[in-house]
Amino acid sequence: MKLPRFDYEAPETVADAVGLLAEHLDQASVLAGGQSLIPLLALRLARPAVLIDINGVTELSGISAVDGWVTIGAMTREYIAEESDSVRDAVPLLAAALPLVGHEAIRSRGTIGGSLAHADPAAELPAVALALDAEFVVRGEPGERVIPAAEWFEGYLTTSRGPDELLVAVRFPAATHGTGVSFQEVARRHGDFAIVGLAAALTLSGGVIADARLALAGISDVPVRAAGAEDVLVGQRPSTALFEEAACRATDGLDPPADLHGPPGYRKQVAATLVRRALQAAADNAHERQ
Amino acid sequence: MPDITMTVNGAMRTGSPEARKTLADFLREDLDLTGTHVGCEHGVCGACTVIVDGRAVRSCLMLAVQASGSEVTTIEGLASGGAMGALQQALWDSHSFQCGFCTPGFVMQASAFLTDHPDPDEREVREALSGNICRCTGYESIIEGVLLAAERNRQG
Repeated sequence: MKLPRFDYEAPETVADAVGLLAEHLDQASVLAGGQSLIPLLALRLARPAVLIDINGVTELSGISAVDGWVTIGAMTREYIAEESDSVRDAVPLLAAALPLVGHEAIRSRGTIGGSLAHADPAAELPAVALALDAEFVVRGEPGERVIPAAEWFEGYLTTSRGPDELLVAVRFPAATHGTGVSFQEVARRHGDFAIVGLAAALTLSGGVIADARLALAGISDVPVRAAGAEDVLVGQRPSTALFEEAACRATDGLDPPADLHGPPGYRKQVAATLVRRALQAAADNAHERQ
Repeated sequence: MPDITMTVNGAMRTGSPEARKTLADFLREDLDLTGTHVGCEHGVCGACTVIVDGRAVRSCLMLAVQASGSEVTTIEGLASGGAMGALQQALWDSHSFQCGFCTPGFVMQASAFLTDHPDPDEREVREALSGNICRCTGYESIIEGVLLAAERNRQG
């Protein structure tokens, strides 16, 4: 499976990359780390006429923490984010999820922006972005716009990025004091896409859950918040009984797909189990981080 | 066809590959370094793993033109003067491999891992090698070999 032919462009600035997108629109694909797009090319599931390789756009890499937000450039490699003190301290949920993304050699090349723009609903980073209400900064020739995570994921491998727009950065709100996190998943083999994954963050204030964020991967064609479970938690004191009640509500209103890994009921059961585990782990983590 | 230059196993190499040519195919076909094996060609098996600028990467998921200016190490770069490197010797002594197809990928992944983690425990070795598939051994012998290499390195 050799790659199909394409015209190859390697811009060195965001302005040049955006110009190329404006010229080629949906005839072009943007090549970031290539850990998803190159397999799609090899399997002929993607056949772009033009490949716009942004690996040489140095201004798209880097992590900065300013005013309660951690901004990660779209081309920042996953292993760089994994090793970042800013991410570990201020976005602990992302730090918890990154070691579960693919394998070490995948994270050498794979990028934060690439994974989020690819938007695989079973992947870890989309669930993290949705749980934390991250913001997506995209740039087109008319200028920049910011898209909240709740509006970013539109469908299977589909985002609200326009064909003339480049994802330039993703902003994550810094975790507040009293926040504990956990990322849980069940996969057939370590490093595989999850059958079900769960990004969880709990914020405790005065012994009460002030904020609960749960986002499921692998349950729908987009990552989804477990809103029913979140509603149960807020304002309550953490307890095994409360977490059990939240677990029962994990997939309220959701209709998971059936595939060779199991029927919808199996995914619902796995989701409930992950909610129970993640809430306990996040509560423990909140106490450790205080 | 862009002209590219990269350092491969310490030597400057040049070429003019088509943009769609992967680094794996460039190494094998243009540079005649056929030690790097190509298995699944879509990033699942790990057989094509090489080291680029100090990091293990899958050379089937990288274009050759993207490696221009980089330092690349392949399995051919681990032995010197016909003698196996320390990791290779430890894997040999542990009877780590059978058919040899997955071997270069495992060895390069383990080589990059041991550089960063000179004193790993078994769980860390398993985690580091989890992206490489072997259909002969059941992995135990490979993990033993990597742990033996680490132990010998520590003893100097």
